[in-house]
Amino acid sequence: MTGKVQRVGQVIAIAGVAALLGLLIWKVAFDNEQGAADKLAKGELVHAPPFSLDRLDREGTLTLAALRGKPLVVNFWASWCGPCKDEAPVLQQTYERYRKQGLVVVGVDVKDFREDARRFMRRYGITYPVVYDGKGSTIGRWGIQGYPETFFVDRTGKLVGERIAGAVDIERNRETFERGIALALGDQS
Amino acid sequence: MTRALALCALVAALVAGTATAAPSPADLESELVCPVCGTTLDQSDAPIALKMKRYIRQRLAAGASEQQIKAELVDQFGPGVLAEPPKSGFDLLAWLVPLGVLVAGAVGVGLVAWGWSRRRGEEADDEPVALDPELERRVDAELQRFES
Repeated sequence: MTGKVQRVGQVIAIAGVAALLGLLIWKVAFDNEQGAADKLAKGELVHAPPFSLDRLDREGTLTLAALRGKPLVVNFWASWCGPCKDEAPVLQQTYERYRKQGLVVVGVDVKDFREDARRFMRRYGITYPVVYDGKGSTIGRWGIQGYPETFFVDRTGKLVGERIAGAVDIERNRETFERGIALALGDQS
Repeated sequence: MTRALALCALVAALVAGTATAAPSPADLESELVCPVCGTTLDQSDAPIALKMKRYIRQRLAAGASEQQIKAELVDQFGPGVLAEPPKSGFDLLAWLVPLGVLVAGAVGVGLVAWGWSRRRGEEADDEPVALDPELERRVDAELQRFES
């Protein structure tokens, strides 16, 4: 009886260690899901990860699928982020300048208070669509690493150009920003 | 008897006082997590953490309860903002599973210890007690003397 109890104990202990080892191997080998930003940086063909989020600029929700066929500038921001304040007027000007060509700037407000975000939008005169992602559900799939970050999406829904980490249209990334807009609009020149 | 009743009343009053005491900002800051940096609010100076601390103070000043404030922040930032998982629904598993593992481990250790002690006891019963040769010689001599 005692030998049996001891054997059962040993089997349970070995099974526990084996399960933990298996979990470790699985984590290292298979849990390497990359965000869209990483794939884009490697030159892979990536479709913009879908989302369906509540709007901050008006009632209702906005899905990325509803914008299919339109070139997009998707900007991840938060009201507490300093560089987001610097780039807000540039994004609004971009929206106004390219709107006739069909370009839509979409703001995704991440990990923020709704009211703070609305106050920010009023302060900077933002009129382009803005959705609210307080829980940060888009972060992993898009591969967001900081705020702000900006992506360009063409009419077929593919990510084009380069992801811009940090405020847009500053000396460091002006060319990248303009090229991203051109690629999203379908201008290959 | 009167003194015992008075003591009971005092303890009851103290317990009731503790239960209804208004939560302090520090209490809530240690129970909520900064959604950007992942540490509790009292350990974080991230801009969003500072905004959340200000929000907590404003809501407490407005008379909101601890549960109300937590619910409002969960509504904004999701359940990940809570430092401890809620003790209800599926999240209850986060409390029960470690407890179950602890109990199972204690039972397992108890069983193994019981098995070992039993085996040692059986071994002790089975083994013949070896007498000291000198003592054995003296016992034999005494027995022979008794029989003769």
